[in-house]
Amino acid sequence: MSDVSLTVNGKRVSGSAEDRTLLVHFLRENLGLTGTHVGCDTSQCGACVVHVDGRAVKSCTMLAVQASGSTIVTIEGLADGAELHPVQAAFKEHHGLQCGFCTPGMIMTATDMIARHPEGLDEATVRTELEGNICRCTGYHNIVKAILAASETMAKGAKGKAKQAA
Amino acid sequence: MGIEGVGARVARKEDKRFITGGGRYVDDMVVPGMKHAVFVRSPHAHAQIKKIDVKKAQGMPGVVGVLTGKELKADGIGNLICGWMIHSKDGTPMKMGAWSPLAVDKVRYVGDAVVIVVADTKGQARDAAEAVEITYKELKAVVDATKAIQPGAPQIHAESDNNLIFDWEIGDAKATDAAIKSAAHVTRMKIVNNRLVPNAMEPRAALGHYDKAEDHYTCWTTSQNPHVARLVMSAFYNVAPENKLRVIAPDVGGGFGSKIYIYPEEIVCLWASKRTGVPVKWVADRTESFLADAHGRDHVSMVEMAFDKDNRITGLKVDTIANIGAYMSLFSSCVPTYLYATLLSGQYNIPAIHANVRTVYTNTAPVDAYRGAGRPEATYLLERTMETAARELGVSPAELRRKNFITSFPHQTPVIMNYDAGDYNASLDAAMKAADYAGFTKRKADAAKRGKLRGIGMSCYIEACGIAPSAAVGSLGAGVGLWESAEVRVNAVGTIEVLTGSHSHGQGHETTFAQLVNQRFGVPIDSVSIVHGDTDKVQMGMGTYGSRSGAVGMSAIAKALDKVEAKAKKIAAHLLEADEGDIVIENGEVKVAGTDKSLPWFQVALAAYTAHNLPAGMEPGLKETAFYDPANFTFPAGCYISEVEIDPETGVTDIIQFVAADDFGNIINPMIVEGQVHGGIAQGIGQALLEGAHYDGNGQLLTASYMDYTMPRAGDLPSFKVSTSNTPCPSNPLGIKGCGEAGAIGSPPAIINAITDALGIVEIAMPASPATVWAAIRAKKH
Repeated sequence: MSDVSLTVNGKRVSGSAEDRTLLVHFLRENLGLTGTHVGCDTSQCGACVVHVDGRAVKSCTMLAVQASGSTIVTIEGLADGAELHPVQAAFKEHHGLQCGFCTPGMIMTATDMIARHPEGLDEATVRTELEGNICRCTGYHNIVKAILAASETMAKGAKGKAKQAA
Repeated sequence: MGIEGVGARVARKEDKRFITGGGRYVDDMVVPGMKHAVFVRSPHAHAQIKKIDVKKAQGMPGVVGVLTGKELKADGIGNLICGWMIHSKDGTPMKMGAWSPLAVDKVRYVGDAVVIVVADTKGQARDAAEAVEITYKELKAVVDATKAIQPGAPQIHAESDNNLIFDWEIGDAKATDAAIKSAAHVTRMKIVNNRLVPNAMEPRAALGHYDKAEDHYTCWTTSQNPHVARLVMSAFYNVAPENKLRVIAPDVGGGFGSKIYIYPEEIVCLWASKRTGVPVKWVADRTESFLADAHGRDHVSMVEMAFDKDNRITGLKVDTIANIGAYMSLFSSCVPTYLYATLLSGQYNIPAIHANVRTVYTNTAPVDAYRGAGRPEATYLLERTMETAARELGVSPAELRRKNFITSFPHQTPVIMNYDAGDYNASLDAAMKAADYAGFTKRKADAAKRGKLRGIGMSCYIEACGIAPSAAVGSLGAGVGLWESAEVRVNAVGTIEVLTGSHSHGQGHETTFAQLVNQRFGVPIDSVSIVHGDTDKVQMGMGTYGSRSGAVGMSAIAKALDKVEAKAKKIAAHLLEADEGDIVIENGEVKVAGTDKSLPWFQVALAAYTAHNLPAGMEPGLKETAFYDPANFTFPAGCYISEVEIDPETGVTDIIQFVAADDFGNIINPMIVEGQVHGGIAQGIGQALLEGAHYDGNGQLLTASYMDYTMPRAGDLPSFKVSTSNTPCPSNPLGIKGCGEAGAIGSPPAIINAITDALGIVEIAMPASPATVWAAIRAKKH
């Protein structure tokens, strides 16, 4: 057993875990953050994507002890209180989810994708970047639409903020 | 149409919890004292179990119990059932072998469950499972159904000689043979429908909890039909009587058919909970899902389609061998029979049809319904044959189809179905226009200049949904009725709960069903809650599959709403001193037509519960129940067109465009319907280009992870062009046909027709992977 200390969704948490415990299981079982899902056992499906120190990571590819000291954001920590994150809002508005199982990973991947492309996104880029996330319900059509829409909304928001600052 | 009523593009109510991480799936459930289960599964496709030694495993850290099939049998737990009896053409009942939830003497496929290990943590259960020692005597295995029925093939069950379960037929053999004999042209093809793994993103899971004090069981399970699960587990598996068994299917992460069936794991977890005295949770790994979820398709067929000199179809003869796997799953027998051969008339006027179907045991995972279930197999067979016929006859694929379309309704086919409404020309026209079919020749020439092979293909599908009229399916062998139930509870303040036997695992019922209520009473959808998936809350229901939740489930709700409306009008007429016939309900107001007299909806509800001033003899309260049994199947139909471009150097197929024009009858929420079509098309394209379950000759599944089984990813697919037309369904009160499976049914032949068109060849196997396409190009050159 090893001690694990993390900052998760803005809160300092600590616990002990078997050395073989994956980050996803630590989040789900020790912290009760069940929004992060396990859809496969080969790090292919992306249902478990969270942000570790600001980067999208498949939490099944990392040991909990390996993540110790990191700052983590999960799907539960993405919204600003009652206000949905623009990516969450876009998934709802554009019907980018059906059964909801892949959705947390999709949203966390999309948020990271948009942040890495401040110049904006096009359909081909979104589709290529979704390589690591599998959805069986939507045919990706509305997921792509939602990510493109969120990317535009966030670009406008960023411009607005820049203007305000100026 | 109001902003939240029927026909409105309302964003889904259920999304809030899913996008914030608040979904509640079985794996998220925690019960005090809960332990974790791992199943020890057979590594062999076919073997005798000589000895099971659990001693070492029992002594491992954290282990609570290690249980075998012998103990399960000793406790009287029954074998798994198949819920649909099929008789062979000689009148004998299907020859079904036993399926024990834990194998006792013999294992019949890789993944067959043998032992359950329960421990404090899943890791400990895994470690202990490794320590279970099972001695097997390996037997020869057979995985190909066409080989399994050959003399001398390994015998999988003692009950079925040469692994043949039934040899069934439908239609008129004599008339069909005569049509073929006198035909001006006969198109002959061998059609293979590849085996698929459904792959809902949430792996199957079960949590069994036996409460000793109450002598009561609760099972949380990833089910599309929790009530059927309770019925079957109590009536056939002797787990517990219905009144002592509660089944809960909470949020379920996709089903596509694979979560209809009652599998060994949920039965064993419930039983193990009683045996060990602790709640037992099992969650499948993805590899376990590949091994032990019911697979789909796997047909091999010979087809002959006869034409007269005017290119009209005069007869269709089909001979199909269906691989059913190692055991007969719950609905496995009806998929290659009544859900398949009854659709072989397609959209066409075919005077004579005969189909023979042999279903066969093999040493592979059980095969059952997967999105479309039988109808994709029928559509693929017909639409590939039509395409080939058009090429052989030298006429355009569209014109050959048009010439043979059924244009007047009702239409009785020679294979049971009575089509009630449709306009097949409308879908074909819409699809050809959306695809700019006329401009294809130029686009093909342009592609050729760039060294690319461009092809176009269409598919005109029909399916039978709204499953199903109970008496009709009963007469065909079904063990259950296929009605649906609904209860509408108006609370004293006017808010409403709708209890339904349908189950939502992605379909958006919490929104669509609320829209129906909004349409009727003007109550905001936020004030309407849809309750489903819990046998303690909803009395009985048949669940969600076969695109039945709209046509059957919502029709039951509509019937219950009728009763609520009638009582509310009586109360309002009494309070407003008006004639009952003059009362109308509009926008949340209960009014006397043509006057300014009205009451808000909630006051009528309140009056029903205060009961201070009700019509003489009326019972208090405002709550009604209805059961709806459909009068007929429904018949969604449409036309799909795909255009592909192939790189002859690599064999890679790019889908340039994919067009879907569907007729689903009336639509409640177009946004949700489009989403269903998108998802179905992706699965159909997956079947055509990417997906295939492959066993080696020893029965080892070679495609048992996402590293080996190619799931469609975003980069494999284009955006889709979808549209709908509407001939309302006359067979149910809402005019709904159903939309859940169309995409998966209509798309595979559209893709393969386009690829064979691009390559100038007749046949190519699914999945048409780059390697397969490249080999086809090479074969044509040499």
